[in-house]
Amino acid sequence: MVTVNDSKVEIWELRLYVAGQTPKSLTAFANLKRICEEHLAGQYRIEVVDLVENPQLAREDQILAIPTLVRKLPRPLRKIIGDLSNNERVLVGLNLRPI
Amino acid sequence: MNDVMNATPIQHGSLPKAATHISGLDEITGGGLPLGRTTLVTGTAGCGKTLFGMEFLVQGAIQQDEPGVFVSFEESTDDLDQNVRSLGFDLTDLVARNLLVLEHVYTERSEIEETGDFDLEGLFIRLGYAIDSIGAKRVVLDTIEVLFAGLPNPMILRAELRRLFRWLADKGVTSIVTAERGDGLLTRHGLEEYVSDCVILLDHRVVEQMTTRRLRIVKYRGSLHGTNEYPFLIDENGISILPITSLGLDHTAPTERISSGIPRLDMMLGGQGYYRGSSILISGTAGAGKSSMAAHFVNAAVTRGERCLYFAFEESERQIVRNMRSIGFELDLWIQRGLLQVHSARPNLHGLEMHLVMMHKLIKEYQPQVVVIDPITNLTTIGTQSEVKAALIRLIDFLKTQEITALFTSLTADQTQLEQTEVGISSLMDAWILLQMIESNGERNRGLYILKARGIDHSNQIREFHLTAKGIQLIDVYLGSEGVLTGTARLAQEAKERNVILTRQQEIARKQRELARKRQVLEAQIAALRTEFMVEEEEMEKMTAEAMGFETRLREDRNVLAQQRDSDQRYATPGVNSELR
Repeated sequence: MVTVNDSKVEIWELRLYVAGQTPKSLTAFANLKRICEEHLAGQYRIEVVDLVENPQLAREDQILAIPTLVRKLPRPLRKIIGDLSNNERVLVGLNLRPI
Repeated sequence: MNDVMNATPIQHGSLPKAATHISGLDEITGGGLPLGRTTLVTGTAGCGKTLFGMEFLVQGAIQQDEPGVFVSFEESTDDLDQNVRSLGFDLTDLVARNLLVLEHVYTERSEIEETGDFDLEGLFIRLGYAIDSIGAKRVVLDTIEVLFAGLPNPMILRAELRRLFRWLADKGVTSIVTAERGDGLLTRHGLEEYVSDCVILLDHRVVEQMTTRRLRIVKYRGSLHGTNEYPFLIDENGISILPITSLGLDHTAPTERISSGIPRLDMMLGGQGYYRGSSILISGTAGAGKSSMAAHFVNAAVTRGERCLYFAFEESERQIVRNMRSIGFELDLWIQRGLLQVHSARPNLHGLEMHLVMMHKLIKEYQPQVVVIDPITNLTTIGTQSEVKAALIRLIDFLKTQEITALFTSLTADQTQLEQTEVGISSLMDAWILLQMIESNGERNRGLYILKARGIDHSNQIREFHLTAKGIQLIDVYLGSEGVLTGTARLAQEAKERNVILTRQQEIARKQRELARKRQVLEAQIAALRTEFMVEEEEMEKMTAEAMGFETRLREDRNVLAQQRDSDQRYATPGVNSELR
């Protein structure tokens, strides 16, 4: 049983898949940064994967849509697609707020 | 047929094409799919879309050394490998030889939250990476419509798919996109709007409990193509589309003649038998001896050292062997030596197309010189007359291009319609031999005549034939004032004729004897008359002599008397005396 307190000390591993420095990618990264600072200050790690540079990773993680945000930890794995401009949906998607 | 013939000349036309090497498809598309463009293959579930795409890639890799990428949106790569293994495709080997990349693109709608604007660049990158890694020339996306279920926002998806097809064209790859067929639409999500070069529709229909797969080219921009629905098959060698080799009437016409296996029938066929490579029809009612005729033909072919393929739709191999033994053929010897193959199948084992493709396949494998199909009429139970006819046209065309002599038997149901074949195929045949049961005087006898034999000076005579332990024996029928007689009627008539002749001979002999006797009688009468006449003659002479003697004596007496009377008439002349008397 995971308590609320325990989950706050947990490190969130987030991975953002982009394809080059497109406006959508930049918007997504900015939005992600903002949301994390608001809700997960100090307990998150963002890794940005540029598929243009590492195309083979698209296969491994089953990435189709760009941008895609993957919550690797905590489990279960969750995928959020789009430029993360819809704040509400990002929070629901990351399970930071009950639906 | 016509479409195919029309399509054939543009095979090397202006529009470059990528050969699919799918049996039959290149013929009806005039060379293959549009090179460097996208083809949409649509159809209902289970109609063979995935296999179609896979065969396109596998054949491209094997036949033309063109690497391909298969993007599966539904099945995992392991499943794919398993599924096509049964069709003889070894995907693992092709992957190892860098001729194939299998990509399983997987999306799970419930795991995905949409939070704003996105595109499918990830898919493009994956695809691009896969294409570049092996230098792929061919791409299959199966079934891309799954994305509509796996990703939100159809508006974006549509725009992205449009971009994808353009991007594929820019890449210069020849691609196939498969789609599910929607209600009244070619595809459920209207993909045909984006793919405008070539659309192929696959169909899987059940008619009278028999399934038939069909393929139709809905459109092919910039190219002529067959517009018909073509039946196709999926078997252990992949997809085969009919017609396999229907390239029009340009087959060769060999002049070599081959024996029918019955010497007297050969005599009736201008003394030399059939032409090699011709198609021969033997029609007749049940029990007329069609299969026996076929067995003769087979036996003759095998004796010449040729290979023979026998398709039996009524009897099993063992049954044929047993039954033909009764007329003196040991067919199992030929089977053991590999010169004869018998394939027995009930017609309703599978659909008409399946039968035909099976025949094509067996013929291609076995390379026979002679093919027997016994009987073709049974095929009508699994197709309409026009279907069977169309199928047989294809089969005969195929056999003719291979210079294979084909013998078909046809069962005629009704004695009154002997000259009608059930499937109306007589016009396709080069020779047609009719076996007729001639019924009279409480017995049935077998009659044979040649209805037609193209290019052969053939006999117009009907022959009676017997099935004996030494095979078929042809006998002249009785042809006379009483008409055509066969069997015991012929024997009776012959006996009757013999009787008539005998009676006449006896009559003549009797007449001769009578005449001889008459002559004897006549001669006897002549002899008797002559005797009588001689008697009379003798009597007459006697009388004359007597008369002479009497007169002499009278004169002497008178002289004596006159002397005695001393008459002066003593010297008188006898004439005077007699005047006095």
